[in-house]
Amino acid sequence: MDTLNSLADGFAIAITWQNIGLALLGCLLGTIMGALPGLGPSNGVAILIPLAFTLGLGATPSLILLTSVYYGAMYGGRISSILLNIPGDEPAMMTCLDGYPMAQKGMAGQALSISGIASFVGSFFATWGLIFLAPQLVKIALLFGPAEYFALFALAFATLGGVSSTNQAKSAFAAALGLGLAMIGVDTQTGVPRFTFGEVHLYDGIDFLVAIVGLFALSEVFIFLEHRHGNADASAKKVVIGRLTPPWSMIKRCTPTMLRTSFLGFLAGVLPGAGASLGSFISYSMEKKLVDKEGTFGTGDPRGVAAPEAGNNAAAGGALVPMLALGVPGSGTTAVLLAVLLSLNITPGPLLFSQNPDVVWGLIAALFIANFMLLALNIPMVGIFTRVLMVPPRILMPVVAMVSFVGIYGISGSTFDLLVMVGFGIGGWVLRKLDVPLVPIILGTLLGNAMESNLRRAITIDNGNWGTLIDSPLAIGLWSIAIIGFILPLIVGKVVKRGMRAGRDTAKDDENSLVD
Amino acid sequence: MSDRIFGAIGVLLAIAFALSALAIQESFLSDAVGPKAFPLIIAAVLAISSAFIALKPDASPKWPSLNRFVEIIAAAVSMILYAELLPVLGFIIATIFGAAYLTWRLGSSALESLIIGVGTSLGIYVIFHLVLGLALARGPLGF
Repeated sequence: MDTLNSLADGFAIAITWQNIGLALLGCLLGTIMGALPGLGPSNGVAILIPLAFTLGLGATPSLILLTSVYYGAMYGGRISSILLNIPGDEPAMMTCLDGYPMAQKGMAGQALSISGIASFVGSFFATWGLIFLAPQLVKIALLFGPAEYFALFALAFATLGGVSSTNQAKSAFAAALGLGLAMIGVDTQTGVPRFTFGEVHLYDGIDFLVAIVGLFALSEVFIFLEHRHGNADASAKKVVIGRLTPPWSMIKRCTPTMLRTSFLGFLAGVLPGAGASLGSFISYSMEKKLVDKEGTFGTGDPRGVAAPEAGNNAAAGGALVPMLALGVPGSGTTAVLLAVLLSLNITPGPLLFSQNPDVVWGLIAALFIANFMLLALNIPMVGIFTRVLMVPPRILMPVVAMVSFVGIYGISGSTFDLLVMVGFGIGGWVLRKLDVPLVPIILGTLLGNAMESNLRRAITIDNGNWGTLIDSPLAIGLWSIAIIGFILPLIVGKVVKRGMRAGRDTAKDDENSLVD
Repeated sequence: MSDRIFGAIGVLLAIAFALSALAIQESFLSDAVGPKAFPLIIAAVLAISSAFIALKPDASPKWPSLNRFVEIIAAAVSMILYAELLPVLGFIIATIFGAAYLTWRLGSSALESLIIGVGTSLGIYVIFHLVLGLALARGPLGF
């Protein structure tokens, strides 16, 4: 009952004209960003953080805006999957399999609306899951000391590559690079400058927002320049929507699928190292094994559209659980949302629930509001969103670049930060070519300082004894999970990745999609 | 091959990082761990993972042809120029050039580029500055 009271308080916070307006704006922007190939949820949220920040919005309104964008992008990713067979972002990859064949059969409108409903069901249940699971996790997290936190951070890095990671050395490299970048600046505990090379601008450290926008948004611009991919993938005549509402029988047939995959997706989101891409992958595979008696999956079966969409949206909600309760994100986009919290001076983790309940519950209420808004927007307005696919990248990408510059310049007004951002853009492009994941770099720059101070605190408390790191059963447990999580992909990673690739060998290219 | 070079650069980076970590001046008032230990751990992880990348390389990615490379460098230079000139020229003028250059390189014709440049610049100015009140770079002309 306590939980429901808190939730009611949350609604009281979230329901103001300003917040509802922001949620609406976020949903619209998010859906558009999710729909555009090359601008996924991480990118979309990354570009908007500095803006929300410089506009001087308070903590709760900024969070409402940005999480609406996050949920919206998860909805929007399916639009280009279904209509063009190009996933708007990686989690929407599996939606291509049955969505595009449905569109070819002239059922694009029904595919879009059934996937919209599935997305709604997935995130709706995941938000309830978040409400009940997060406080339980907080109770466990309150037992954590600095040594356990250090182990938990290590666990987050070890599992971030996910089960589908193919090259763990590259994930480890990326994590170390991010942590190394976080070390730049004045050491908070002793006050000595580190790795600043006498450059005054570096004394404050590198702003993680600069790193995020550079790595995600600008590197995308470079990718488009490299391929000189300036024209829209959709042409006006190709997009035929057809009937917009699915018949009741179709919804009825998809309901058990949606419920099962919501649960599965939520679990995938909560567990470290899984994330939305895997959530949609296992949801699709499970449903295919379970209900595909006639072999219609892959040829335009509506259940094959509903399964991955419910799965990936539920995973998006599930991924918020460890992010809010522990302060340790499990996926790329939640890492970006962590950046939102940190730049608003809110430290997520168990104390968040007791110290800033208004932020937590306001956010959760906002998720419900955003979810209903998205459903309401998506069914009737899907025609407008499909128009967005016709905006050619040659117009879009300069706008993305310029908005990135505006946002970063707005924070500090310093040319130096802009130059660092361009550096990150180029670096991000090279690393993406080399298949190095960018998310661990972001997570490293975000968590580096917290990780170090927990390490130092733990050892100082125990008078310089490094053995304290593996002194408690809890810490040993976390370390074991970290090690297993790091090694497991070496064994099963290739199989899963092959499954995901084979699943969509018809889709054109995925070079432009970031990991959820 | 790309991965071997990348791994080698990574190892060098790790060594440089470790050396500059060792050069950190310790304060006389320090905790039990000090400011050097964690950077050294990071350097070790960086070195080991780079060595693995170099020893077990993935297949080389498809690198762009030379002129595409030049294209990317040129875009980076244009962005650097944009960053440097932003406070000098002011937001609107700098952004017209910046956006026009990028859209031109992505395949717009010369006239289109100019129109897109002006449109992007004025659009952002109106939405972010006039409507939302964000501070943008002011040039000598006040905008």
